[in-house]
Amino acid sequence: MARTVTQKRKIINTAAAWSVGLLIFFPILWTILTSFKTEAQAIADPPLFLGFDWTLENYAAVMERSNYGRFLWNSIVIAGGSTILGIIIAVPAAWSMAFVPSKRTKDILLWMLSTKMLPAVGVLYPIYLLFIRLGILDTKIGLVIVLMLINLPIIVWMLYTYFKEIPGEILEAARMDGATLKEEVLYVLTPMAIPGIASTLLLNVILAWNEAFWTLNLTAAKAAPLTAFIASYSSPEGLFYAKLSAASTMAIAPILILGWFSQKQLVSGLTFGAVK
Amino acid sequence: MGQIKLNKVSKSFGETEVIPPLDLTIEDGEFTVFVGPSGCGKSTLLRLIAGLEDITSGVIEIDGLDATNVPPAKRGLAMVFQSYALYPHMSVRKNIAFPMKMAGVPADEQARRITAAAEALNLTDYLDRRPGQLSGGQRQRVAIGRAIVREPAAFLFDEPLSNLDAALRVGMRLEISEMHKRLATTMIYVTHDQVEAMTMADKIVVLRAGVIEQVGTPLELYHTPCNEFVAGFIGSPQMNLLKGDEAARHGATTIGIRPEHTDVSQTEGTWKGVVGVAEHLGSDTFLHVHGVPGCDPMTVRVDGELPVRHGDTIYLTPQLDKLHKFDTQGLRID
Repeated sequence: MARTVTQKRKIINTAAAWSVGLLIFFPILWTILTSFKTEAQAIADPPLFLGFDWTLENYAAVMERSNYGRFLWNSIVIAGGSTILGIIIAVPAAWSMAFVPSKRTKDILLWMLSTKMLPAVGVLYPIYLLFIRLGILDTKIGLVIVLMLINLPIIVWMLYTYFKEIPGEILEAARMDGATLKEEVLYVLTPMAIPGIASTLLLNVILAWNEAFWTLNLTAAKAAPLTAFIASYSSPEGLFYAKLSAASTMAIAPILILGWFSQKQLVSGLTFGAVK
Repeated sequence: MGQIKLNKVSKSFGETEVIPPLDLTIEDGEFTVFVGPSGCGKSTLLRLIAGLEDITSGVIEIDGLDATNVPPAKRGLAMVFQSYALYPHMSVRKNIAFPMKMAGVPADEQARRITAAAEALNLTDYLDRRPGQLSGGQRQRVAIGRAIVREPAAFLFDEPLSNLDAALRVGMRLEISEMHKRLATTMIYVTHDQVEAMTMADKIVVLRAGVIEQVGTPLELYHTPCNEFVAGFIGSPQMNLLKGDEAARHGATTIGIRPEHTDVSQTEGTWKGVVGVAEHLGSDTFLHVHGVPGCDPMTVRVDGELPVRHGDTIYLTPQLDKLHKFDTQGLRID
């Protein structure tokens, strides 16, 4: 029997879904609203929701004080670079784990994931010292490498799950049809895994974009991305909520827009294989 | 050309030996069927020939050349998989073209072969569709088309009809047989269905637990099965196997009589029995008869017009010249 949904039920469900959605979105919305208030209105009690004097002065002030473009460029290079490098390393790794597994493959996967359970601060000193020794402190290449390594377990795991969904017989068919390993990966595996690879890419760009611990600790001025840009508004001259909000809005806007346009891809990628 | 010769070929997965060393020769142009119950190693044997699995020991020769360490693509064999294994992101045309693209066949030659294959397989109208938009039968045709255009030394079929419904299966069976007559290329066909084996094969290889039980033409296996296993496996419904006193009277441990080799009478005969289930197929009726010593129930094939029903008492007489005798080891006694 088909499950029937009454009209009343539908309305309640819809209302509940919207409430949860708004609850999650509210902090972002509040940040965006605050960025358009004056500093005085930003800390007004009771808080002002919409009835305030909309102003762009915070954005002007932020643009004047900081070089937004440079932070943005650093973020793009670090997030994009670490993701692309990660994918290049993870595709062959996930391929071998999915299609030529050994007895220890599962253990290796779990071990890789276990590195994510370690508090990052636990390895801050060794990595910091390594960075100094290697002369890559406050460089984009240094951050690309460290963020790639941080996210690599997730990239491998995600690609592994997508590759597992691809029937081995299709790859065997390619082998019988005369494809070399390279042709098999290039013409058969990759096109079939594109939804998975795309959502892995997107998720990792987002993770890398928002990563704050390593980007704050391993950069000073030259390689600082947008996370450092936000942080620079949070302390020295006391709290200026409106300017902090403007900086935050400017930092999250690119990734928010990217996420908005790719949400369909993200959802279908993350639920890939759930429905055949 | 496509003679395939296995010399002491064996396969182990870790400690487990799935195929003990075996010898087998498949002649050029022959339609050979590997048949056996599930887990008998027939698919593994096919994959060893294809090169998708490495053999543990022995030598595989294709056309007189040692192919043991030759990768699958270079063996000149085409394979049709049970799951069709089509490339879902490519159109039918591109699926069929793929092996030719890999082999570097010129574009005009590719187009010619695709057109020919599509015509032969009734796929002309579907060339621009994706596999997902085709029915099971059409997908299997595409898989066959992909195999044909390679012009291989031999075709390997791994239970290609198992995923199709019964009616379609009969049709495809005929098409594959006709294709074999037309192309006269070596074909090796794996199935667990003895009807497919009987109807299609020039030569049947019956396997059990990785061991070849018997090799022969369908009728050889039907008329002179070399042991009890083959006797029970080939033929539908199964041969009746009787043990005990009845067998001893014929000087054997077990005697076998096929359902179609027993005469039925309502008045007299060797064995008396009671009809259990009567399966009416129209042309024939299969009676499952209870009460025959050493075999319960015994299956008997009678004319479809014979008026017998559940609970009727009947007499059965085996045709003595069609009786099969087996010794204590289950081997045939002649």
